[in-house]
Amino acid sequence: MKIVLNGETREITALTLAEMLVECGFSGRVATAVNEEFVPSSLRISHKLVDGDRVEVVAPMQGG
Amino acid sequence: MKTFYSTELPNPLMLGTAQYPSPAILEQAFRESGAGVATVSLRRESGAGQTFWQMIQDLGVLILPNTAGCHTVKEAVTTAQMAREVFDTKWIKLELIGHTDSLQPDVFQLVEAARILTEEGFQVFPYTTDDLIVGERLLAAGCEVLMPWGAPIGSGRGLNNEYALRAMRAEFPDVPLVIDAGIGLPSHASRAMELGYDAVLLNTAVARAGDPPAMARAMMQAIEAGQLAHQADPIEARDMAEASTPVIGKAFLS
Repeated sequence: MKIVLNGETREITALTLAEMLVECGFSGRVATAVNEEFVPSSLRISHKLVDGDRVEVVAPMQGG
Repeated sequence: MKTFYSTELPNPLMLGTAQYPSPAILEQAFRESGAGVATVSLRRESGAGQTFWQMIQDLGVLILPNTAGCHTVKEAVTTAQMAREVFDTKWIKLELIGHTDSLQPDVFQLVEAARILTEEGFQVFPYTTDDLIVGERLLAAGCEVLMPWGAPIGSGRGLNNEYALRAMRAEFPDVPLVIDAGIGLPSHASRAMELGYDAVLLNTAVARAGDPPAMARAMMQAIEAGQLAHQADPIEARDMAEASTPVIGKAFLS
């Protein structure tokens, strides 16, 4: 299916958010949101993605 | 010193982590100044996030994540929820930007987001203006700290409206107040503390200085001087001179 990952369209085979993170090479400390809703890490494994989902994966960054 | 949601700060300097020439210089600025709180943010993961996280942890300071760049309540709330998980803290520096050029907070959305986040168990540090009524509304929404701007973010103008900041201090004597944004020089930071503010949050003034670690140290010294001066009950300014040397006993020589 096609999803929009951090603003870019991606073709993925993963079915859940947790699988997608592995497939796309994310590891370490990240937080996720799907279609502008926060998805806690505990729910990633059960969160099924559907075609066209907008997924955000964020990590710690410098800030003021 | 007042506590911030029951947490005592080691000192009144909160230092931002953005815009430094290098991670090593950022680290040095923290070590040289002894700043006890670091502000951080969340951005799309591109690989750099994990290294940064490690470095911040090694600094051993309190972490205050922000919602920088958020323009809507929804965006700010979602960002805060993600920040709580990533940084493992209830603290959130709530920024809701209302104006592109001045980065002035949208105080209406700010109050709404503060209410939602407080209900969700967050400890909100709202970046606000020096408006007293907005301050009251934020406290009513559950905030236990207020962070009025000194001047627009990154402008280095210092305390643009000292009258309003003084009024805010007088209006909320028991609330921890932080000057957030606009500081350019140590004298600005010192002034904020002389007015009785409880802490100063700054970033650009240090990160963009020619020698960030030296400027960080200068800021800390100024903040400590201002704090001590406030505690020491300074004299009032007056219009006319008042001789400090006793007149009595002066030799008659003319």
